[in-house]
Amino acid sequence: MLAVGQLQAAETLTIATVNNGDMVRMQKLTDDFKAKNPDIDLQWVTLEENVLRQKVTTDIATKGGQYDVLTIGTYEVPIWAKNGWLNPLDNLGADYKVDDLLPAIRGGLSADGKLYASPFYGESSYVMYRKDLMEKAGLTMPDAPTWDFIRQAADKMTDRANGINGVCLRGKAGWGENMAFLTAMSNSFGARWFDEKWQPQFDQPEWKNTLQFYVDLMKADGPSGASSNGFNENLTLFQQGKCGMWIDATVAGSFVTDPKASTVSDKVGFALAPDTGLGKRGNWLWAWSLAVPAGSKKVDAAEKFIAWATGPGYLDLVASKDGWANVPPGTRTSLYNNPAYTSAAPFAAMTLASINAADPTHPTVKPVPYTGVQFVAIPEFQGLGDTVGQLFSAALAGQSSVDDALKQAQDVTTRTMTKAGYIK
Amino acid sequence: MATVNTRKLARAMLTPSVVILFIWMIVPLVLTLWYSFQTYNLLNPATNGFAGLTNYKYFLTDPAFFQAFANTLILTLSVLAITVVGGILLALLLDQFIYGQGIVRILVISPFFIMPTVAALVWKNMLMDPNYGIFAWIATRFGIAPIAWLQDYPLFSIILIVAWQWLPFATLILLTALQSLDEEQKEAAGMDGAGFLSLFAFITLPHLARAITVVILIETIFLLSVFAEILVTTSGGPGYASTNIAYLIYHQALLDYDVGGASAGGVVAVILANIVAFFLVRIVGKNLDA
Repeated sequence: MLAVGQLQAAETLTIATVNNGDMVRMQKLTDDFKAKNPDIDLQWVTLEENVLRQKVTTDIATKGGQYDVLTIGTYEVPIWAKNGWLNPLDNLGADYKVDDLLPAIRGGLSADGKLYASPFYGESSYVMYRKDLMEKAGLTMPDAPTWDFIRQAADKMTDRANGINGVCLRGKAGWGENMAFLTAMSNSFGARWFDEKWQPQFDQPEWKNTLQFYVDLMKADGPSGASSNGFNENLTLFQQGKCGMWIDATVAGSFVTDPKASTVSDKVGFALAPDTGLGKRGNWLWAWSLAVPAGSKKVDAAEKFIAWATGPGYLDLVASKDGWANVPPGTRTSLYNNPAYTSAAPFAAMTLASINAADPTHPTVKPVPYTGVQFVAIPEFQGLGDTVGQLFSAALAGQSSVDDALKQAQDVTTRTMTKAGYIK
Repeated sequence: MATVNTRKLARAMLTPSVVILFIWMIVPLVLTLWYSFQTYNLLNPATNGFAGLTNYKYFLTDPAFFQAFANTLILTLSVLAITVVGGILLALLLDQFIYGQGIVRILVISPFFIMPTVAALVWKNMLMDPNYGIFAWIATRFGIAPIAWLQDYPLFSIILIVAWQWLPFATLILLTALQSLDEEQKEAAGMDGAGFLSLFAFITLPHLARAITVVILIETIFLLSVFAEILVTTSGGPGYASTNIAYLIYHQALLDYDVGGASAGGVVAVILANIVAFFLVRIVGKNLDA
């Protein structure tokens, strides 16, 4: 008996995760999991996003087997599931309530109808704006603005003498930085990365309209040095009252309304990401999720942990310890039906509407051969997204024209897709 | 004098270390060479196989390659010029007696102890940021529009940061050389009526020649592969404006996960570095023989 007990207690899960606040909180709450599962030990490997991605990707691609539970995003899941690198999550238990997952998020984490990763928190993007500056400009922000309205409002709010920029948008190059924003924006302008035969589409007028609009808007109303600004830089600018509007991740809602961190916490309004009337809005979809690598020998224990960390019970646990405003957002319908949560989070309704406005399986106006809203779920996209991001960042910096940037983007994308064998 | 036997013994005892060192160097090199002829993308196992010269063809015709090569040379030569000239001037200054000489010397040398990543972050966020940086604050005090350094002058900004880090090294080596200069020689020249400039041109500078060579050779090795400063500040952009060869290879290896392409890039980089080293040794290395 003793020997069997010791054997059971020896099962240790190694969990690779990202150093975001919500995940760090999860680690502090694992006593609850251990109390319920005394036979499972947890070992954490917590890393910064880029490092995590590089380590986890290398490990799974070379079948290193270092980790039992992986934290991955909506970009990796469809690619890795297709490669047969992930275990489908079939046994999360009745308490997990798979039907409670928001449909868009569930769609982004499934392949062939099977769930391959369970969302820990999810996000889309939306417009955060200064209600006081809108009022001063004599305008009212609609719940679902158009890009033309955003430009008009930005022009009126910009007050360079007082350090106020009408709009702050991502300009820093990177597939998860400016290209997340620009790809989502391009969807609303009717553009797409590839046609159904994987031919790059940067030579089409829709992309020209997108990039020209973005560059013109940022030159007229954006902050100085915008080509270096990513999520964090813009967050600081907005919190310090230097932006009239900021279109970015819904997860920022809690940061800009936090009186301890934001000088404009009581003046922030929220609206859906803009559109141009073509049927798609410029908002994205992302979820940090937990998955089990294929070939893992600890699948049962790993699924128990995932069911605990991403099940509805975890939300109650966080709420009881840290309050409803701090629960991981964006994964479950029940959370948005919970008055305790919606009253604690003024951005809740708009977050839900934004997530539901994104469809990773049909992200664009015209048909495409890929899934993913602000990315193209193919292995080549990370490098490609980064390179194109650099070219567009140069257009924003004024170091190349919009036409040049698009031409170079078309050339480099065609090269990469030819080398990878998509284009014969 | 060593006998035949002791020489044999010495060889036998050295052999294991030499063999290990050799394997340690040759294995990665051979593997890199092998992978450079393979289609090997970590994320796309379905396409793996022999690639012939495809990886080399794509690397050498990459639109970023020529700019990256030019940037690598510009970065290396500019930092060398700044650190050698600046190092000589600082060494001359530090060689004079001043109060608090020890503290001043430590202050001048201290940037060398700061990790490249930390130094780059400090420059990016505290000095060069167009909204919150000290440079922007100074500019606005004088009524000038702040400069977005990393956006408008990306390569120049990186040269500044890297030169700031390497200036102490050059200063230290040159100061040591300066202190070994015979005082009597200077005095004699002074008595012969040599002014400061002739003293510098005909006595100090020739005396420093060897130290300058050492500085150039050592710095070149590191400057050809500057990476952290670029990753932290500009990520090679905007466009390819601050991409060097090392960053281009990183991009292929850890963003594209294209092991084959990155290996080909690695081999090209090794060849280019050797060409540069060859000319460098021919041009400046002869000072070491004297």
